[in-house]
Amino acid sequence: MTGLTGFPILSTITFLPALGALVIILFYKKDWADLIKWTALGTSAVTFLVSLYLPLTFDMADPGLQWVEKTVWIERFGISYYMGVDGISLLLVLLTTFMTIICVLASWREINTKLKGYMALFLLTETFSLGIFMAMDLFLFYIFWEAVLIPMVFIIGIWGGVRKFYSAIKFFIFTFVGSLFMLLGILAIYFYHGKVTGVYTFDSTILSLSPAAPAVQFWVFIAFFLGFAVKVPMFPLHTWLPDAHTDAPTAGSIVLAAVLLKLGTYAFVRFTLPMLPNASMLFAPLMIGISIFAIIYGALVTIAQKDIKKLIAYSSVSHMGFVMLGIFVFNIEGLKGSVMQMLNHGVSTGALFLLVGMIYERTHTRMIGDYTGLFKELPVYGVFFLIVVLSSMGMPTTNGFIGELFVLIGAFKAHWVYAVFVAFGVLLGAVYLLWLFQRVFLGNFHYAGGHGLKDLGLREIIETAPLIILIFWIGLYPKPFLNVMDASLTKLVAQVETNYKKGNGEAVSPRASLDAAAVERKVE
Amino acid sequence: MPAGLNINFYAVMPEILVTALALIVLILDFFIRKNKAALGWVSIVGLLCILPVAAYTNEPYPVFGGTVIADSFSAFFNVIFIIAAIFSILISMDYLKKIGVDRGEYYHIILFATVGMMVMGAANDLINVYVGLELMALSFYILVAYRVTSARSVEGALKYFVLGALSSGILLYGMSFTYGAAGSTNFMEIAAELGKGDNTYLTLGIILMAAGFGFKIAAFPFHLWAPDVYEGAPTPVTALLSVGSKAAAFAAFLRVFTAAFPAFQADWSSMLWVVSAATMIFGAVVAISQKNIVRMLAYSSIAHAGIIMIGLLAFNDTGLSGVAYYLLVYAFMNMGAFTIVALFRNKGRFENIDEYRGLASTRPLLAFLMALFLLSLAGIPPTGGFAAKFFVLSAAIDAKYYWLASIGVVSTAISLFFYAKVIFYMYMRDPEPGAEIAPSSGVIYNIVLFCTAIGTVLLGVYPAPFIDMAIRAVRPLLM
Repeated sequence: MTGLTGFPILSTITFLPALGALVIILFYKKDWADLIKWTALGTSAVTFLVSLYLPLTFDMADPGLQWVEKTVWIERFGISYYMGVDGISLLLVLLTTFMTIICVLASWREINTKLKGYMALFLLTETFSLGIFMAMDLFLFYIFWEAVLIPMVFIIGIWGGVRKFYSAIKFFIFTFVGSLFMLLGILAIYFYHGKVTGVYTFDSTILSLSPAAPAVQFWVFIAFFLGFAVKVPMFPLHTWLPDAHTDAPTAGSIVLAAVLLKLGTYAFVRFTLPMLPNASMLFAPLMIGISIFAIIYGALVTIAQKDIKKLIAYSSVSHMGFVMLGIFVFNIEGLKGSVMQMLNHGVSTGALFLLVGMIYERTHTRMIGDYTGLFKELPVYGVFFLIVVLSSMGMPTTNGFIGELFVLIGAFKAHWVYAVFVAFGVLLGAVYLLWLFQRVFLGNFHYAGGHGLKDLGLREIIETAPLIILIFWIGLYPKPFLNVMDASLTKLVAQVETNYKKGNGEAVSPRASLDAAAVERKVE
Repeated sequence: MPAGLNINFYAVMPEILVTALALIVLILDFFIRKNKAALGWVSIVGLLCILPVAAYTNEPYPVFGGTVIADSFSAFFNVIFIIAAIFSILISMDYLKKIGVDRGEYYHIILFATVGMMVMGAANDLINVYVGLELMALSFYILVAYRVTSARSVEGALKYFVLGALSSGILLYGMSFTYGAAGSTNFMEIAAELGKGDNTYLTLGIILMAAGFGFKIAAFPFHLWAPDVYEGAPTPVTALLSVGSKAAAFAAFLRVFTAAFPAFQADWSSMLWVVSAATMIFGAVVAISQKNIVRMLAYSSIAHAGIIMIGLLAFNDTGLSGVAYYLLVYAFMNMGAFTIVALFRNKGRFENIDEYRGLASTRPLLAFLMALFLLSLAGIPPTGGFAAKFFVLSAAIDAKYYWLASIGVVSTAISLFFYAKVIFYMYMRDPEPGAEIAPSSGVIYNIVLFCTAIGTVLLGVYPAPFIDMAIRAVRPLLM
């Protein structure tokens, strides 16, 4: 279904930020700091407002892509400019447009040097991220996927912290290497599909219709895995993340956590599951194992951290483990929980990084030992921090609870042992988060700089409040969010099932959802 | 099979015109005494006029007794050569003044080198390949030594000369074996002779010729000359050497191996597989440790040669057109990078990568363009370098060269490191206090940079028409 007027709404949303970036680069002078800031803010706000058109006109009953745009790009290779959004990507698109505003606000005072380039790069990051969530052509997807690296690397490398050079190049090389293998995987599936069906195309919708033979899927899965898992990041490919997060400026960390980490998990849901169902099920035990390990290991490492930012970074490894687990249990609850967790992690971890940035701006230290008892000095800040911490650990009435609950149900449906581990992971999450809160906010006030820390100002409250509202909105009334993804995910599960049978070439009794235990048996 | 001489001067018109232009410039050199740059302008205007003639193609038909073939393939490469020559001459004019050797013969030697390249692209006979190759090589021997005051230049030229002569000898040796086995130097006749009787000598001929071409494209293990020569030569010559000479050698390489030895594909592909893999890895790994920017680009060009070879190995229309497309993109992106190097490099300054630190704050536009070219060389979308790599790698996957494609990917990944290093120096380090500020680019440099940047981006964003051109170009090879 296309938009009513045929207006390319998705391209408009995607390229609006790039337009803003272009204006800033071409027409503004270096020292027009205020104008640059306001233009960036205006661009991101307009983009967000335009993107609100999507949920308003979204057809919940339609599981397929909406507002589709498709034009031939390179005919010879069957490459098209193919954009579309469905229930899976809609929330992520909104998350991206929303978080970019927060990012611009978070940089308001933090960034003073080379502001022009900074804002332009941020807007470009938004464009490329949106492109990734909307691209349905694998070639186009790959272009955006690689392109998003460039602005991010520069943001870390130019405006970053102490070890920015190291962190930027580590981030660059990790993700670049992974995606190159993904490119080989894309090419393999392209040629395989072309040879078997005679249709050479990068159109993921068509490629998802007839999955490759399981032996081909096996290798393509590994290639895709290398590309996607680095971005997620999954253990053991996660080592770039703490460095990148620690050295990135606040807004860089926010966009990294809220948007860039989602690219990997989104791609697993979007491409790996329907295109490689047999390999996905074959690898499912391994993926689940890695995810559970990441949940536990990530949490344990998090407990040991002394730098707050690094602590949150490692907690992402644990949280993304939940998302990955939800994907690979192959049932609707797990998937719903995953997509929900992607959104939640974006909001909660984004908010945590934002709050850490605020305290860093005041004290210029992020070491947990450097201050205690902040609650008495900074009550507003403390309350915000507490809410976000509770949301991140999955407290009922906050967003985190909904996502973790669904993942837990999905895991339990697959195998009760998975659920035990998930529950244990949730528990560990509570440990490091509450302990962090206790050490920083409770007890007697102590800070080397003495009293006189200023509580949050108006701008800071304005930029945090929407996240807090979102936390409670999703926590108390998740229905609209779940409804959005319902049809698309139901279709996805059915598609995985039929594709699995197609790929295997054998008749498998139809069932509404497959649980992983049964899957294992089938694969054996 | 060509019967009779079939003399047709229209078919070789581009070569004739460039030769005539070179002679005109040679004669003008006697009359223009002061401002030798005028000769450069004459050459550029001439080449620009010849460009449409060179790009025009008819149906492929062998002329001059089947020794020359003017087809879409030669036309495609003619365009690459002429574009490379134009860019190179443009940046030479200022450069020659800078190094204080502003002499007229420089320009017509470049034109003669261009003629040599064009002959290689259009050759359909081993003799013609050799003649073209020698014309090009001899011109380059002189050009490389052009910074007569610099010991490095002379050293590079001597190395290039000795190794070049050796490689020509090896190539010729291979050709003589081929002639002995096939009884002809004509590609089509050789192809017809293949498989009849004992092929030992033919195999030997193929190996030796591959070695000869390997020298010219600087493939491992025949790459040793490249870094020294690239470093010693005047930078515009290095640019032409890395773009034009490589493209010409690849054109002849492609033509010989597809037209003359298609039946031996299984044999030569296993040999070239190893060469390609080793070249990719070696070039990328060694480039990491380079401190000098030109040497870094030299090793990067070695790695690129290895990746381009994948297209030849794949031996399907995607692969061969991938080679052509890659070389076209390479002409723009590498020329662009070398233009900036040529602009900065002066009197021992801006030799090393760390001298590029903080360039983004002193010369933001030039830093941006350098970053663009380097990202394109690294193969990051949406630049032309990515499209080219994509093209070649997809051919490899199509031809089931999974391991070779994986090695190509690994090489690309390694090479990101040294390209990114330069970018990081430019953007993430502050300029050294008190260091000399990088020179600004004049109008001529801006023209070159603008054209190369447009080419680099356009070939990545809107590659469709150029891909079609490349595919049309290699069609005669697969007939």
